[in-house]
Amino acid sequence: MVQVTLWGSLRDYADGAETLEAEGENIYQVLQDLGKKHPNLQPILKKGVTVSLDGQIYRQNLMQEVKPDSEVFLLPKMAGG
Amino acid sequence: MPLETDFPQNFEAREFKVVGKRPVRPDGVDKVTGRAKFGADAVAPGMLHAKILRSPHAHAKIVSIDTSKAEALAGVKAVVTRDDFPVHEAVKEDQELMSVLTNVMAREKALYDGHAVAAVAATDPRIAAQALKLIEVEYEVLDHVIDEDLAMQPDAPILHEHLGHEYGGGKPSNVAGVTEIGHGDVEKGFAEAEVIVERSFKTGAAHQGYIEPHACLANIGSDGRGELWCCTQGQFMVRDTCTQLLGMDVSNLRVTPSEIGGGFGGKTTVFIEPVAVALSRKAGKPVKIVMSRDEVFRATGPTASASLWIKVGAKKDGTITAADAILKYQGGAFPGSPVDMGAMASFACYALENVRAVGYDVVTNRPKQAAYRAPGAPMAAFAVESVISELAGELGMDPIDFRLKNAAGDGTKSSFGPTYDEIGLIETLEAAKKTEHYNSPLGPNQGRGVASGFWFNFGGQTAVSLNLNVDGTVALSVGTPDIGGSRASMCAMAAEELGCDYDDVYCIVADTASLGFNDVTDGSRVTFASGLATIQAARQAKQRMIDRAAKIWGIPSDAVKWENGAAHPSGPNAGEHEPLSIKDIAAMAGETGGPIAGHHEIAAEGAGPSFATHIVDAEIDRDTGRIDIKRYTVVQDAGKAVHPAYVEGQFQGGAVQGIGWALNEEYIYNDKGLLENPGFLDYRVPVASDLPMIETVIVEKPNPGHPYGVRGVGETSIVPPMGAIANAVSAAAKVRATEIPMSPPRMLKLLRDSEATAKAAE
Repeated sequence: MVQVTLWGSLRDYADGAETLEAEGENIYQVLQDLGKKHPNLQPILKKGVTVSLDGQIYRQNLMQEVKPDSEVFLLPKMAGG
Repeated sequence: MPLETDFPQNFEAREFKVVGKRPVRPDGVDKVTGRAKFGADAVAPGMLHAKILRSPHAHAKIVSIDTSKAEALAGVKAVVTRDDFPVHEAVKEDQELMSVLTNVMAREKALYDGHAVAAVAATDPRIAAQALKLIEVEYEVLDHVIDEDLAMQPDAPILHEHLGHEYGGGKPSNVAGVTEIGHGDVEKGFAEAEVIVERSFKTGAAHQGYIEPHACLANIGSDGRGELWCCTQGQFMVRDTCTQLLGMDVSNLRVTPSEIGGGFGGKTTVFIEPVAVALSRKAGKPVKIVMSRDEVFRATGPTASASLWIKVGAKKDGTITAADAILKYQGGAFPGSPVDMGAMASFACYALENVRAVGYDVVTNRPKQAAYRAPGAPMAAFAVESVISELAGELGMDPIDFRLKNAAGDGTKSSFGPTYDEIGLIETLEAAKKTEHYNSPLGPNQGRGVASGFWFNFGGQTAVSLNLNVDGTVALSVGTPDIGGSRASMCAMAAEELGCDYDDVYCIVADTASLGFNDVTDGSRVTFASGLATIQAARQAKQRMIDRAAKIWGIPSDAVKWENGAAHPSGPNAGEHEPLSIKDIAAMAGETGGPIAGHHEIAAEGAGPSFATHIVDAEIDRDTGRIDIKRYTVVQDAGKAVHPAYVEGQFQGGAVQGIGWALNEEYIYNDKGLLENPGFLDYRVPVASDLPMIETVIVEKPNPGHPYGVRGVGETSIVPPMGAIANAVSAAAKVRATEIPMSPPRMLKLLRDSEATAKAAE
């Protein structure tokens, strides 16, 4: 189980919770579990989010291992110019 | 935390032989002799020329379109309208794709001046232009809205009936989304503050201003398969978007990118490419479209304009106790302004216990915004850095010292949440403070400003192929268009790994049929991500050359080492053998197992953010309001500068675009919502005579997520300029400038208002 911190306005889709608990051995599994436990988050997760895992930002590669003490943040989808 | 990859990605300290030098750019001769082929240079036998009919209204219902007279004109071979762009399954499921489709060709409504309504392909461009005049479009003109603050008013004209109900009290609104970023207790933080500065700001929309207008040539056969040549920042993006919009199989379209005359983010989407493919498919002939500059301004993306409110509080010792921001970005007629990233980047330079940034994504009757270098960050930084410098002044502190007191460093919890790994902001501030520029005297009517800036930097999907030629030279194929000198950097990194000469590596940007998928050239990602893949591809090729040498010598591969571009026997049992160079091994490739190549495919992560600090001296003419930039220095962390001249060029380019954005560039709309300055005469970008030499200082704090320590440098350099220039101008004018561009009329009004206020107070 890992603590996932949501960006401010995402909390509106999780009954105001700042952090949620989710299971998974990698980012993909954690996101899947979050969507299953909190269906209101599904549309946003499906549209795409950025995940920060232990300070590294992951836009695409969701196979990174997540440990129970990992720092996990969900951030809005990012793009560059 | 180290990245988990199946190859070594973490920083390895080493002495470089090629990387860090300044070799001649591989595309230089082609570009200065005119041999380089840009988008408009593409030709094909039997080619048709297409023109696009654009809306003359800012907001109008399209009642009917009659193309019969145009189709009857001799020489016209195909006409397309909204009816030729049905909504395919892939588009139905994707709101962003639906926006792109609607932007490419208007559907029920024209949403901005210049919105495409129909297109004609004819045997001659003049016939195509004549045919446009024969298309009869019946419009029902609607009220329009251009400004983000006005668009958020309850009585504002509504662009999309399905949008923004949650922000309009159950009714449609022009607010497409709201983002909130931050942590801590902002109210408590302000209660602890001893000095607070709070201000509102406005920024104009700036166009990317690339010199080369969009251009493409599509050639679709009767079997539904075809090719597309275009100037783009991402040939794979063009292929995938066009095929999804037009209901084609991805494998039926091969896209080849041309040389690119600038992009800056504005060529990370499609505008004319699906139209050319649709026309070619309908006409059964190649179709070429070249945008005019007028069309570029009216119908391609500038970045968002913004309305911003910033409040920052600090203790008298200079410690910031709270920071708060409200950002409203209009991104044109469709959702997707970069306000999310503006909110995340706004306070990213500072270590803050209590911070909040709320962003509103607003739609207006303007062209759909497109990414522009560090999308969303420069506007936020303009406002935040203005307040930071004003607060430093209120506290009687040097602006760099105040920033150093609050700067984010290694292990700081960022304002947007994650904990930073190793970052170089403090190093840029310290280097800036030591520059001769910062310590030099100012002249009359001059002011000095500083500002810092941040950009995330990205990796992304990347595939690279490296082939050893028979003479030992190297053919390197990358899938990321070269918009900032990346081919030179790729050649340098391949040569570094192989131990060969830089000139022995020839790098091309390959088409979509030749490599695995590559994300667009964006996010300052190419030198990092394509470089990472190039290094790994070179290492794979090198290992294969070691294996061939081992076979030739009849010894195990682990008894062979690679040094100075050659295989050498290594260890007590390797025996005595003459070294085999790359050329020797390449010449024998056929006899030792066939072609020698290396390739690598990744979804690269670990790009490592980049920070910069800029110093500006500005002079104001108090009679005209004109601002002259007298001196400018960019100090930025590059991690490791692979080709320092290109890195300096990125620093200088970002600063110059920022100067234009800060001082001159803006879209001027009339009361009908029509753009009045769609050309470089009236939308004035800086030219050489407007500018001082932009001085540069490259800071190198290695990125732990790259073997050479590379960080992207292409975007951070446009984040600080507007804030730094506003601080310099405000110091020179002795009044705070809160609206950009700080054009002469706007500055003159500010000066006169300030003088009137001072007089009234006497």
